[in-house]
Amino acid sequence: MNINDFNTLGLIVLIPLIGGIINGVFGSKLPKKWVPWIGSAALGLSFFFALQSVHALYASKAERLTYVAYKWIYAGSMGIDIAFMLDHLSAIMVLIVTGVGFLIHLYSAGYMHGDPGEWKFFSYLNLFIFAMLLLILGKNLIVTFIGWEGVGACSYLLIGFWFTDEEKAAAGQKAFIVNRVGDFAFILGLFLLFWETGTFDYVEISQLASTKMTALALHGIAPAAVILIFIGCTGKSAQIPLYTWLPDAMAGPTPVSALIHAATMVTSGVYLLSRLNELVTLSHAAMGVIAIVGACTAFFAATIAMVQTDIKKVLAYSTVSQLGYMFIAIGVGSFTGAIFHLMTHAFFKACLFLGSGSVIHSMGGEQEITKMGGLKKYMPITHITFAISCLAISGFPLLAGFFSKDLILWGALSNIHVFAVEGVTIDIKYLTDVVATPVGSGAALTSAGWVPIAFMFAFVMGVMTAGMTAFYMFRLYFMTFWGEFRGDDDTKSHLHESPISMTLPLVVLAGLAIVGGWAGWPHFMSYWFDNPHWMLAFEHWLAPVFETSGQFRVVNRFGSHAATQEAYTTAGSVLVGLAGISFAYYAYVLNPNVPRRIKQSLSIVHRTFMSKYKVDELYDFLFVKGTILVGTLSYVFDQFIVDNTVNFIGRVGESMGRILRNLQSGNVQRYATYIILAIVLCLIAIGSVNV
Amino acid sequence: MFNSMNLVASTLMPSGGIPWLSIVTFLPLLGALALMFVPKLQAGVHRNLALVVSILTGIVSLGIFFNFDATVAITEGAAFTYQLQEGPVPWIKSLGIHYSLAIDGISLWLVILTTFLMPIAILSTYSAVKKNVKEYMILLLLLETGMLGALVANDVFLFYIFWEVMLIPMYLIIGVFGGEDRVKAAVKFFIYTMVGSLLMLIALLYVYFKLHAQTGAYSFLLQDMLSVNLTATEQLWLCAAFLLAFAIKVPLFPFHTWLPLAHVQAPTAGSVILAGVLLKMGTYGMIRFAFPMFPGAIKVFAPFLATLAVIGIVYGALVALVQDDIKKLVAYSSLSHLGFCVLGLVAMTPQGLAGGMYIMLAHGIATGGLFLCVGILYERRHTKKIKAFGGVAKSMPVFAAMFMIILFASVGLPGLNGFVGEFLALVGTAKSQFLWFDAPLIFSISEVEGVRTWGFNATDTFPLLVNSDQAGGEFTAYIFAAIATTGVIFAAGYLLWMYRRVMFGPLKLEANKNLKDLNGRELTYLTPIVLMCIFMGVFPQFFLGRMEPSLNQFLVYMKANTDNTKAKISLTDEELEKAKAADPENFKTYREVVMPNVVVAEPVKAGWVQSGKLIDKKGGK
Repeated sequence: MNINDFNTLGLIVLIPLIGGIINGVFGSKLPKKWVPWIGSAALGLSFFFALQSVHALYASKAERLTYVAYKWIYAGSMGIDIAFMLDHLSAIMVLIVTGVGFLIHLYSAGYMHGDPGEWKFFSYLNLFIFAMLLLILGKNLIVTFIGWEGVGACSYLLIGFWFTDEEKAAAGQKAFIVNRVGDFAFILGLFLLFWETGTFDYVEISQLASTKMTALALHGIAPAAVILIFIGCTGKSAQIPLYTWLPDAMAGPTPVSALIHAATMVTSGVYLLSRLNELVTLSHAAMGVIAIVGACTAFFAATIAMVQTDIKKVLAYSTVSQLGYMFIAIGVGSFTGAIFHLMTHAFFKACLFLGSGSVIHSMGGEQEITKMGGLKKYMPITHITFAISCLAISGFPLLAGFFSKDLILWGALSNIHVFAVEGVTIDIKYLTDVVATPVGSGAALTSAGWVPIAFMFAFVMGVMTAGMTAFYMFRLYFMTFWGEFRGDDDTKSHLHESPISMTLPLVVLAGLAIVGGWAGWPHFMSYWFDNPHWMLAFEHWLAPVFETSGQFRVVNRFGSHAATQEAYTTAGSVLVGLAGISFAYYAYVLNPNVPRRIKQSLSIVHRTFMSKYKVDELYDFLFVKGTILVGTLSYVFDQFIVDNTVNFIGRVGESMGRILRNLQSGNVQRYATYIILAIVLCLIAIGSVNV
Repeated sequence: MFNSMNLVASTLMPSGGIPWLSIVTFLPLLGALALMFVPKLQAGVHRNLALVVSILTGIVSLGIFFNFDATVAITEGAAFTYQLQEGPVPWIKSLGIHYSLAIDGISLWLVILTTFLMPIAILSTYSAVKKNVKEYMILLLLLETGMLGALVANDVFLFYIFWEVMLIPMYLIIGVFGGEDRVKAAVKFFIYTMVGSLLMLIALLYVYFKLHAQTGAYSFLLQDMLSVNLTATEQLWLCAAFLLAFAIKVPLFPFHTWLPLAHVQAPTAGSVILAGVLLKMGTYGMIRFAFPMFPGAIKVFAPFLATLAVIGIVYGALVALVQDDIKKLVAYSSLSHLGFCVLGLVAMTPQGLAGGMYIMLAHGIATGGLFLCVGILYERRHTKKIKAFGGVAKSMPVFAAMFMIILFASVGLPGLNGFVGEFLALVGTAKSQFLWFDAPLIFSISEVEGVRTWGFNATDTFPLLVNSDQAGGEFTAYIFAAIATTGVIFAAGYLLWMYRRVMFGPLKLEANKNLKDLNGRELTYLTPIVLMCIFMGVFPQFFLGRMEPSLNQFLVYMKANTDNTKAKISLTDEELEKAKAADPENFKTYREVVMPNVVVAEPVKAGWVQSGKLIDKKGGK
């Protein structure tokens, strides 16, 4: 096996593309039964090859496997290959994408059954996976960018899948354009990076960012480049200020929401920044910004989610909130935490979305939870899996979300004084060298600006969000599955459990939502069992990728904290989570009058949350209407100033001709007059000169 | 008789090969002549014959492609290395006008683009034009000869003739076969372009007489014209005349107002050719004539051209956003897209040039495709107003898919052709060190010995921006790139919004409910466009690789000839030598590692060294 020409990687990417092309070109003519199977089989095969490749990576003990497909663009010093790379980070992503993607394809076979555009749906879905794999496996930023835009386009097509509905088409367009705004910054970040380093290659960038001399030079542009790329990520990963498209994107079919707008595409920003971790950690200011934005997003999205009554909208805002969590992790330098949460979130959120799809399917398209209730009787499998996922996202002990959330919060807390040592922020050598822990060396500990405060802020917001998350998830759960059915009788008579192709993925994902976190136990727990390897397997697996950032810049420099501190964090966040669940139980099961009373006494707050802080309206006024106004003004300018100037110049020529034309009247007497006049003028001229 | 024919051939092709360029150029003309003998009423014969001729031309042009050798040794010191040279055969001896055709990496793909688009354009007229088919076909074929001739002409006067030959058929196509306001549009198009051309002719003659003054010979051959020494002021004036002609043709803001009018009024095939090839004559003229003839002036004008280009990108996009006519929207989008092209060209970096060239091709395909799509809609509903449509995707699914792909190509989605060019142009611009306002141009009125004169002056200082050395001239270029990049957002905005209003939503209007999906003919001419959009996006190196040697040579030439202006293009050779001497073992620029076999004279910034050391621009000195 050649680790530098590992062509299975190409196969992983290519198979979904072929599937997409087959369904897209011939799908309308193929027998209806084949279509979902072609789509799912492509993903199954891709998943199989992904497993094989990851195994090969593991067995070879190599840092990465690479494969250069062909030369894409070469101009001057810039050489961009279509090249793929599988390292420990992309290995996790590729398994999530193809694995969860496969389950969702299976689910879609049931969900989309009977839709006349089924072939189109599977074609788009396969193309989406193709683009997503490009994004993940790309060996350089440009291949990632191709995938980045590709997933955006597929998301556009899938959100607007039922395009005859004006609103859905508009939602797709909004998603694409808001993302484009982010991409604008992303592209500028790429240019800046290329400008300084002359390369787009991840491996080279990471080497440049972690080698002492070049890191020094990169230090200057790192904040700008990271912030610009981060703005790109706020678009794709729905963070403030570019998150507004994601709730609207729920207009798409539910499997799409699960696959694209929960499990995979929206996490690509997290993935990208983790991929560039050496660059990110070069600038603590950028890290602070990311942490703050992540924390704010997590908090504000959670507040909105608490009052929504559309089952998918709750999940959408929940996704935004959880993505905020991941960005907190990036910001505080806990990349492992970010990826860990990305993975567990993919399991339980995909399960929640598919569960909601199952509910909507059964409810005949109804999405309002105020019209549901008591569904646990009718849909036992959906109910159980949904409950497990709700527990997991709330951070219930020993379920997946518990572990990943704990890692992030602990990261925020333990890293707060990371830069608070005098000299560290200034002296570049601290960025690349292993130095004795300044804490122990008695170096002066001073407050190094606002970054520690930002981390502390992120921690506090994170804990509060954990409580709110538990509350709104269980609010959703209780309102949907408990109590009495509130819908009409017609709907009630149609309630049913979904077919096996839909429930099977639910069961698998719920299983993963239970066991998915067992690869990364809190450190203090691992001490109880004498620190066996498997308990921290996730961290160990990713260690090579985050070595520089983790070892030198963030964690180990200050020594390890006492494990008891981590235990307190964990206990705190679990308690907050349980409090949220209990309150939801109290308010929506025991005493259903409570929500109404709260709504009345806090009507302003409720209205604010309900109206989503009017951000959409603000953006619409400022950017959409503003741009159209500027466009109209430009057009008026174009017609009246630019064009009229040109016409005026033309008319000047024309009227000159018209005036001169009078001279050529063909009237002989007139010509004679001209001649005489000319002679007189000549004489006068001569006369005046002589004088 | 036979002997004399042989003589001409042997003078034309000293090597005795096949004169591919002449054949390709004049084949459409022959076709037009043949059409004259077909009775006017047999419209079908006219169409088919024209189609066959254009396809034949396309096939023969592949002969150029296969005989083109990208690895041919470059002519040292020259701006261009020509291949498949035919002539120069003296044509009007006393005036020094030659018949001389040749091709290089710059014109190769434009020729192929022309011969690729022409059959498609002709095929699209089958149902659109019912009257005067004979004249229409003749005009289209004449137009093709004009375009091809202008692309392969190696003699400036010959170029000028073909340039004008293009103009007249287009004028008639718009004026006779266009929409309601066709006469106004045609006249505006003609006069506007003509004004530019005449200024160019005057400048051309000035250089021509200057050449005579300097060498005693009369010649219009490009290589002779390039050898003329011009003072800075002369260069500025002459260059301005050339640039004006080309800027009108491109068109560059604010010389663009003829374009929307012409596009809206032109018949579909006219629009396709206009957007696909004719506009590129402006950018092609810049890189082929204006840049190399007046390199010093270009160094001065570059930031100003870039400014106009950037304004055009944003402005064109903003105006496109509020159009209610699909065709007008696409026309304004051309203004925006060609802004990228000009920006890339004046950036004078390998990426920028390649990007500019690539945009010419990609825009030709994608925008040509968009106009075809508009034409298909127009033929069905006889309107181009956006609000007359809505939900069309339901009744025309195949068309919707193809329209979508072409649209995404125009939006600049990676994987389709629009992205490659724009990306390259923007990278090239961001890295450009040519776009500094370090020799800014100001109008000055000076009094020398009591005589008031006014004119362009290149001065070293600029009232607002201080010297680039202090201000960080590189950053100027980055700002250009940043503003231009907003065009990418807007492109998504206006095109997707238009698509949504036309294709998506409920089928409200009765008239749209029974629209027929694409028929076989329409499918036949849209499919190559769609496939080409994809192919050019997936394998751009196929095209770029054949351009690159020519572009690099051109850059070397430009660098050598702009040194006397204040352009600090790159880390100088001495500096590189010094860095090499300091650490000979590890010395390798990034470029050498990635592309060991490619010799590039590129305005590079100090390179990264693979071993992890940086030749910093300060450290190197």
